[in-house]
Amino acid sequence: MNNLLKIEKISKNYHSQQGEIEAIKNLSFDVNEGEFIAIVGSSGCGKSTLLNIIAGLEKQSSGTLKIKDSKSIGYMLQQDALFPWLTIKENVLLGLKIQKKVTNDKLAYADYLLDSYNLGEFKNKYPSCLSGGMRQRVALIRTLVLNPEIILLDEPFSALDYQTRLAVSDDVYKIIKKEKKTAIMVTHDLAEAISMADKIIVLTKRPAIIKKIYDINLTNKSNPIENRKAKEFAYYYDLIWKDIDAFVK
Amino acid sequence: MHLSNEQKDYIRRIRFKKRFVLVSQIILGFTFLLTWELCSKYKIINSFIFSSPLLCFKTIWELLITGELLTHFSATMIEIVIAFVLGAFLGLGIAILLYLVPILNKIIDPYLTMINSLPKVALGPMLIIWCGANNKTIIFMALLINLIVSILTILNGFKNADKIKLKLLNSFGANKIDIMRYLILPGSIGTIMSTLKLNISMTLIGVIMGEFLVSKRGIGYLIIYGTQVFNLNLVISGIFILLFISYLMFIIVSLAEKFFCKYK
Repeated sequence: MNNLLKIEKISKNYHSQQGEIEAIKNLSFDVNEGEFIAIVGSSGCGKSTLLNIIAGLEKQSSGTLKIKDSKSIGYMLQQDALFPWLTIKENVLLGLKIQKKVTNDKLAYADYLLDSYNLGEFKNKYPSCLSGGMRQRVALIRTLVLNPEIILLDEPFSALDYQTRLAVSDDVYKIIKKEKKTAIMVTHDLAEAISMADKIIVLTKRPAIIKKIYDINLTNKSNPIENRKAKEFAYYYDLIWKDIDAFVK
Repeated sequence: MHLSNEQKDYIRRIRFKKRFVLVSQIILGFTFLLTWELCSKYKIINSFIFSSPLLCFKTIWELLITGELLTHFSATMIEIVIAFVLGAFLGLGIAILLYLVPILNKIIDPYLTMINSLPKVALGPMLIIWCGANNKTIIFMALLINLIVSILTILNGFKNADKIKLKLLNSFGANKIDIMRYLILPGSIGTIMSTLKLNISMTLIGVIMGEFLVSKRGIGYLIIYGTQVFNLNLVISGIFILLFISYLMFIIVSLAEKFFCKYK
């Protein structure tokens, strides 16, 4: 398989006047083309820091990050972050505009994505007209239109209620697979991780190191909602649950 | 479209409430003026020092037909508009600069705070010496009063921009100008508009204070002149005209706000 991203011994320390905090320590893993990777771990363990480093928003303190092309990374955040004063179409084109890449081909691609994912009739409407799930789809299309090879998802469904969350995660998964993208998702929802990912990386408490990496092999693997019915689901859940440093203080 | 009875009832109630508020507002104003007029007519209050609505109306009417009203009104309006527009643009411009160069903001922050709490009227006598007894002093005074507050309020609005949207723009590789253009400015329209509304009263304070100090025409001048010759009709008429001006400015800014915030 084609190796898209290689992370080698990455560490990150934060500095403040109170002292130094080790957020992540010596993380190494590979991401192959077409893979869906989920990163789980207790809250505040540095999962988002890792994504920020991959996205180039933060610099690692040490270690190397080998990416085929740093421009080929798209980021989907905890909230849809749609701009209420821009129409849906303008929201989708925002990244292209900033990167000065608006071409007729790209415009046509944006239209194609909006039409194929049932947002065509809302192109000229404002985000306030859309439901939470639809907004999340717009946020994904805004990322896709930049044609990234890797999509980073930072707890992308955490702001949604449970039912919407299931439906939207199903939706987003199908779109990512259909557009043949590689994805790295950070989540605190173990069931969500197992139902979506090919590989799950379990991080320890801070400073985060890799505790274990699981390959998820479900029989009749299809979409996330169906995957929850697979007979291995409970087995993985049980196994990984014991690895996460989840505890009540 | 067919509406159910409950829906019709609901709409009727909302309309009734709106009308009730409007009618009450008119009655309140009318009662105030009527009581005032009657008290003055039946000598419960001394109309020489408390004037009366009819006397004020007569005074304004006389000012209007002699053309004096236009002279004074336009003099004050010109000062207000210049000070208001200058304050708005300079305030926005300086706030943008301070946002883009945070270290500069840190450095001048204590000075801004100090100037902000200084009673600007204390600078009046000095301004007269510097700029002369003309409307430059008046505009400068109004500008001093509205500018610092504008800068501080707008800058504060900028700093409250949505962190997640900021992160999104950074992930697109946006530079500071992009962030200003796509997020900070459009996201702060609400703050900017409420700052403008605040500026109306600040500018009015500055202009009238300035006119008290130096002017030979303007509404502030009318009021001071009226006091000096003990013509309280003129003084209170001047106050009525000021009320009208501030309401007019408020409506203009509200219309601008509606225009800029269509997406809501």
